[in-house]
Amino acid sequence: MKLTPFTSIHEALGAKMAAFAGYNMPISYSGIIDEHHTVRRAVGVFDVSHMGEFILKGSGALELLQNIVSNDVSKLALGQAMYAYFPNEQGGIVDDLLVYHLDDGNYMLVVNASNIEKDWNWIAQHNTENVEIHDISDETALLAIQGPKAIDALQPLTDIDLAAIKYYSFVRGKLAGIDNVIISATGYTGAGGFELYFKKEHAEQVWHAIFNAGKPFGIKPVGLGCRDTLRLEMGFCLYGNDINDTTSPLEAGLGWVTKFTKDFVGKELLLEQKNNGLKNKLVGLEMIDKGIPRHDYEICAEDGTVIGKVTSGTQSPSLEKAIALGYVPVEKAAIGEVVYIKVRDKLLKAQVCKLPFYKAQ
Amino acid sequence: MSFPTDLKYSKEHEWVRVSGNEAYIGISFFAQKELGDIVYVDVDCEGDTIEKDGIFGTVEAVKTVSDLYMPVGGEVLEINPKLQDAPDLVNSDPYGDGWMIKISMSDAAELDSLMDAAAYEAMVTGK
Repeated sequence: MKLTPFTSIHEALGAKMAAFAGYNMPISYSGIIDEHHTVRRAVGVFDVSHMGEFILKGSGALELLQNIVSNDVSKLALGQAMYAYFPNEQGGIVDDLLVYHLDDGNYMLVVNASNIEKDWNWIAQHNTENVEIHDISDETALLAIQGPKAIDALQPLTDIDLAAIKYYSFVRGKLAGIDNVIISATGYTGAGGFELYFKKEHAEQVWHAIFNAGKPFGIKPVGLGCRDTLRLEMGFCLYGNDINDTTSPLEAGLGWVTKFTKDFVGKELLLEQKNNGLKNKLVGLEMIDKGIPRHDYEICAEDGTVIGKVTSGTQSPSLEKAIALGYVPVEKAAIGEVVYIKVRDKLLKAQVCKLPFYKAQ
Repeated sequence: MSFPTDLKYSKEHEWVRVSGNEAYIGISFFAQKELGDIVYVDVDCEGDTIEKDGIFGTVEAVKTVSDLYMPVGGEVLEINPKLQDAPDLVNSDPYGDGWMIKISMSDAAELDSLMDAAAYEAMVTGK
């Protein structure tokens, strides 16, 4: 199993560890619900160094990206990040990712840990103009400092004005005595905060500096368990759960990062899906009856006919309600529509609701 | 980790507290710790007679769901009413207020197949 630069720190803290995408990762420390509230109310630190990072450099990088990425990378200004996905040639999704515009013509892609090899091969296969590509995943540490107190916790560690970094933009500079840290105002929690990319040899120094500076603000280490409940409250898709090689990005609600104004791999199929009308839609579901929907549970009509599937589900710690994402036919996708989720042979009532489930106060 | 010596334990991590022919059943400290934050105890079997190793309900944690097994067979006399609104009692007091069901045992001899505290501790700690 692969380790991150922080694995020994997690173990020393007594984290509950588990295998995730081939990495030994912290699932929780003090408990998922406590960690969830820490991120919503104060600030928590996730080690997400398992994520993959690729650098695309120089001549032809933009053209390559434009061809394989759904979003319009030509619109990505220097210092900005953009959410996108790689469409495949069957109308599905290879992976979802962030694209960073680092320097003129140089980009960093951040991909899911479980897909690093698949993505690398996909990019290489389309790299007909021999654009320079580097996989820097193994040498890169990534911490997500998330929550309303993230700025307060990190500001003492840098001269860069953190409050001035707009959502989905980044600055490269000195933090905790380390040069060239990418300080990115992004995240997967809806709680605000930053993601910090830096060389893995600085991992311990950065970790300890953050926890010292964040102490007055109640900073805590938080694990992948609450990362999942936090992203689900926001209705963010998780690759492997809600989207995969066979799901339509349009049905998944990713039309907003699909730009038909340019050419890209898989465009024709997606245009066809769009023009023919979508069959299903990924919707938010809130339980009316008591019970917790989980990945792969069936969504049914009142008579028990299967109409769809739950792709993610949990008890929401912020809302204290059971929530889920799932695909249903478009006729059943209107807000307030009642459906039934099969939980251990019982049909439990749920209704389609607006996303995100949780709105920051 | 605690292993009260007045209880019997099953391989599936349930405990039994015997009083005459009746018994209280819950899950062990180890089990609740492994599950993490418990958000729902789905037990709806009052009045049912369930055999040893039969499923009497499920327990839902944030991340996982786990079936609950009868350590001994019997008729379910009562379900802990407090767990409906406070399932986290299973985390905070697994051997006390976090009990799940009270049963009338069908065959007290089935208790002999369960572990005592020392044997159960040895099983979960691997010592």
